[in-house]
Amino acid sequence: MDRQPSNEISLEALIAGDRAEFARLVDTYSSPIYRLGLRMLGNPQDAEDVLQNTFLNALTHIQNFEGRSSLATWLYRIAANEALMLLRKKKPEVNIEEMEGEEDAEDVRPTQFVDWSALPEEELLSGEGKKALDAAVQQLPESLRIVFLLRDVEGLSIKETADALNLTETNVKTRLLRARMALREHLSAYYSERLPARSEK
Amino acid sequence: MTNHTHTKCEELLGSLSAYIDGDLNPELCQELEKHLAECDNCRIVLNTTKRTIDLVQTPLEKPDLPEDVRERLFHRLNLDNYLTPKPK
Repeated sequence: MDRQPSNEISLEALIAGDRAEFARLVDTYSSPIYRLGLRMLGNPQDAEDVLQNTFLNALTHIQNFEGRSSLATWLYRIAANEALMLLRKKKPEVNIEEMEGEEDAEDVRPTQFVDWSALPEEELLSGEGKKALDAAVQQLPESLRIVFLLRDVEGLSIKETADALNLTETNVKTRLLRARMALREHLSAYYSERLPARSEK
Repeated sequence: MTNHTHTKCEELLGSLSAYIDGDLNPELCQELEKHLAECDNCRIVLNTTKRTIDLVQTPLEKPDLPEDVRERLFHRLNLDNYLTPKPK
């Protein structure tokens, strides 16, 4: 998320009920929140529900905002909750806490060792490449995906991600490692087929 | 060197993510870098993991909010009066 504009938003004005200032808050953060919803739920309608519920919730509770985190982290926290609630409604088996205590490295062990990192960006982000990337993100379990999206896509720090999701920093780090390794495996399988044979060792 | 069942690789794998974030203590960092200089597979895992993160962060992957979605959001929040052209 772009942090710069958040500095310009006046918390005092928001708390005082300044509608114009709230509109500015909406314009500053609606794109990243919509994007998060889109990637958590996988379709525009649900992403729009997450977006609307997040700001309705923020509007109702802005007066209780204590400033312990940044406004951005606070909004992400609401958005993550909204996204996970909607997910649970649709898929009751989803459990954000499911990773607790499962910290062995078994499922992060790499199996793909083809170096595609030097492939040109045009190739990596061709229409098909982008689809593969999106599909790989969609395949992450929800409990890893939300951590990965907040930290690596939206650029929150480990601490902010932990605050937004009510997790410990250690837990965020563990999930992040798993998410990154799982994505890397998916993408390696995809891109290795696009590498010239000579690059394989 | 490139046998990935090697204990060292597995030990250090858990530090890879923290290493990418520049969040690894200097001692482990040194140990990892020493290992990376010798182990092709771990180097590949590091490079491709970094590249994976770069890819999801490219601007192409961050589309703006569609205008109709924005309009419905402002309406839902009773902010129609503030629905000015979106600042660039």
